[in-house]
Amino acid sequence: MFPIVNATLLAPGVKQFEIEAPRIARKQQPGQFVIIRIHDAGERIPLTIKSSDPKKGTITLVVQAIGKTTSLLNELGRGDAILDVAGPLGKPSEIEKYGRCVVIGGGVGTAIALPTAQALKDAGNHVTAILGARTKNLLILEKEVREASHEVFVMTDDGSYGGRGLVTDKLRELIGEADFVLAIGPVPMMRAVAEATRPRAIKTVVSLNSIMVDGTGMCGGCRVAIGNESKFACVDGPEFDAHQVDFGVLMQRNAMYRDAEQQLLAHFKEHRAEEVARVRGACAHV
Amino acid sequence: MSNTIPNKERMKLPRQHMPEIAADVRARNFEEVNLGFEANAAIIESLRCLACKTPTCTRSCPVGVDVKEFLARIIDKDYLGAAAVIRRDNALPAITGRVCPQEDQCEGDCLVAKRNESVAIGHLERFVADYERKTGQIGIPENAPSTAKKVAIVGSGPAGLSAAGDLVQQGHKVRVFEALHELGGVLVYGIPEFRLPKDIVRQEVDVLRKRGVEFETNVIVGKTVTVDELLGEEGYDAVFVATGAGLPQFLGVPGENLNGVYSANEFLTRVNLMRAYRFPDYDEPVYDCRGKDVVVVGGGNTAMDAVRTARRLGARNAYLVYRRGEEEMPARKEEVKHAKEEGIEFRMLTNPVELIGDERGWLTGVRCVRMELGEPGADGRRKPVPVAGSEFVIDASLVIVAVGTSANPLVQSTTPDLKTTKKNYIEADPETLRTSKKGVFAGGDIVTGGATVILAMGAGRKAAKGIGEYLSSGAWPLTVNG
Ligand SMILES: Cc1cc2nc3c(=O)[nH]c(=O)nc-3n(C[C@H](O)[C@H](O)[C@H](O)COP(=O)(O)OP(=O)(O)OC[C@H]3O[C@@H](n4cnc5c(N)ncnc54)[C@H](O)[C@@H]3O)c2cc1C
Ligand SMILES: Cc1cc2nc3c(=O)[nH]c(=O)nc-3n(C[C@H](O)[C@H](O)[C@H](O)COP(=O)(O)OP(=O)(O)OC[C@H]3O[C@@H](n4cnc5c(N)ncnc54)[C@H](O)[C@@H]3O)c2cc1C
Ligand code: SF4
Ligand code: SF4
Ligand code: FES
Repeated sequence: MFPIVNATLLAPGVKQFEIEAPRIARKQQPGQFVIIRIHDAGERIPLTIKSSDPKKGTITLVVQAIGKTTSLLNELGRGDAILDVAGPLGKPSEIEKYGRCVVIGGGVGTAIALPTAQALKDAGNHVTAILGARTKNLLILEKEVREASHEVFVMTDDGSYGGRGLVTDKLRELIGEADFVLAIGPVPMMRAVAEATRPRAIKTVVSLNSIMVDGTGMCGGCRVAIGNESKFACVDGPEFDAHQVDFGVLMQRNAMYRDAEQQLLAHFKEHRAEEVARVRGACAHV
Repeated sequence: MSNTIPNKERMKLPRQHMPEIAADVRARNFEEVNLGFEANAAIIESLRCLACKTPTCTRSCPVGVDVKEFLARIIDKDYLGAAAVIRRDNALPAITGRVCPQEDQCEGDCLVAKRNESVAIGHLERFVADYERKTGQIGIPENAPSTAKKVAIVGSGPAGLSAAGDLVQQGHKVRVFEALHELGGVLVYGIPEFRLPKDIVRQEVDVLRKRGVEFETNVIVGKTVTVDELLGEEGYDAVFVATGAGLPQFLGVPGENLNGVYSANEFLTRVNLMRAYRFPDYDEPVYDCRGKDVVVVGGGNTAMDAVRTARRLGARNAYLVYRRGEEEMPARKEEVKHAKEEGIEFRMLTNPVELIGDERGWLTGVRCVRMELGEPGADGRRKPVPVAGSEFVIDASLVIVAVGTSANPLVQSTTPDLKTTKKNYIEADPETLRTSKKGVFAGGDIVTGGATVILAMGAGRKAAKGIGEYLSSGAWPLTVNG
């Protein structure tokens, strides 16, 4: 059991959790993730570790409610517990002195990019962050990103905050100076960033959100097409050279369980209270 | 000993039939196929044993179970005594009785097989182990006084579990670290419920817990903690690495990233470990096989488990595609028989060359080529070679690849002074299971490559012995050079 010691709503549908996981807290490096399972009939899903506090023995996750598992998780709060948390998994981000770095976070991708942005800054890079959100109140972690970078630009689809438009619009303005680009967010966004930097051959890294089960290289379900090769996102990634990624395959494979996912979510929406009670009941027994 | 039947007569007794669920019923559920012997059948079956002076069955059992002795106890209705005899050499009889490839081991060399069918040693082993379990009388040996030494075991498959049992008995403090959330290794994530009910594995784990073994799940050694940290700040005196060979191999043909292409590991993990066969009561989804055509590629136990699982999930046609002939299939004979009864269609001497999909990236078929057996290769097996111009397509929307696995790498990649083979298996002394690194032992599939439950169990026990000797002497003679 991994107790939740703190939970805060960052934006509608986006919640931050601080969870007791001392072993993982001691080991975590930027770019790594955990696999969690909330209760014993639950599925295993990957979530990036936003930060950790080795002294306190806690890790922090930021979760966007999309389907059943993330929605159920976001119903939980301080005093609840998660049955299984395994990690830290995946290769840590490669941190080098690149020079001028542009870090792009779309939606919950902002949380995933944050620790790497901080590490890039700590390594002596100049870090410019571009954050994208549909609208102002969906923007998360702006303050923390400001601390982890030298300058921040915000782009909203509706222009309710910062610039109006896409993160790639801002990227195009800055691209002349960039030595390195990190983009984490929805697949279409990452693909657009890859296309923007490709003609100039700027090193660009993306974090791939393929479907995972074990997270240890054992099932091959997370495989992604990189160049002419198949790679396992959980052990060879999740970060890859954006110009080598076949985003089409990623989108296609991520749609594999759409029917089942919708069925679960619909059921969850009708039985929200019971599902949450079940998790709490199970916790009480342990 | 009360077997008074003359040998000649014993040779004529027919092998007792294992009761099982009817094929058409079981092909649609996940209940265990074999129902187990009644006491009467077990006794009659035991009476068929000739009690050979130099029993070839024992010689051909990888751990040397004293077969004729335990059969004699069955005849005397001393079932717990029989179980105790088996447990001298085999820590997991309820499991091996179900999954050992008996026809290649104990039963393969049974003298009775010269005239008749061999004695059903596996079924009898299962019978006594089940008796022991059902009556709640699994013999718990007493632990030796505490030695104040600590041993870490990495991996909770048969190798890790059997080492754990022997080591607590020696009086050491033992903690098993497992990457997944459930204990048992392949026994829980690979071998399906209909062949090995998970309750059996759980019960074995519970017994170990009662005997003092500690378990910690969700620890990926190499990631969560390293072997050096276990030996250093965590204060372990020895580490046994039993991480198995679980990395899936794919075919390397075009189309493997299509939706509807699984490794057997992924398919079986979703269904067994994550209980996707009970979706939506359990959240993990698996490809909906109902009414679909499924192709499984391979000829081992894993392939057989995958194809029979797909059938149970509702596949309309479930094909087993294998590049050699049925005789060459490494799967247990009983599984082949059961699979055929369940309507699995065998396509032997057939090899996939391409996976075909539609414009949305979903699998629609498997292009195959017919094979013939050519000259024997380096391993003495005749090599399958493609027949020119023989390509054809099997329509399918799900293909499961079960063509072997390789070493789990996370311990090796984070323990630089651990010597490995070219294929990244850990090198260990065959007798003591010492590796090139002081205090570290390794055994099971991570040393041998994918093998069997009984060999992994045997390795676990050898390791326990090797570790015990090391902990008392502190000596580390170099047999594997680092
Ligand atoms: C390495 C990695 C790190 C991630 N980090 C974060 C994070 O920090 N915060 C966050 O909110 N989300 C993160 N995600 C995405 C998160 O795992 C999915 O949103 C979640 O699994 C969806 O589960 P669900 O049941 O709520 O939704 P579902 O309805 O089941 O699925 C919605 C979509 O999520 C994806 N998905 C479904 N199941 C899985 C699975 N087992 N593994 C991976 N993706 C799946 C699919 O694209 C699917 O279409 C990460 C994904 C990866 C691969
Ligand atoms: C589908 C299938 C069917 C089979 N059928 C049969 C059969 O009928 N008869 C038979 O005799 N054999 C069968 N086998 C083979 C048999 O299961 C294996 O040979 C045996 O399980 C090997 O045991 P092991 O203890 O070495 O490893 P495993 O059982 O593989 O256990 C290794 C454990 O270590 C864990 N692990 C791996 N890396 C780490 C790490 N870094 N940190 C922590 N934990 C880790 C894994 O999660 C796993 O739980 C089958 C195998 C499969 C896959
Ligand atoms: S352990 Fe396996 S090989 Fe040995 S006697 Fe039992 S069933 Fe036969
Ligand atoms: S070889 Fe067969 S007949 Fe001989 S002791 Fe073993 S089981 Fe009995
Ligand atoms: S999630 Fe199973 S191999 Fe990556």
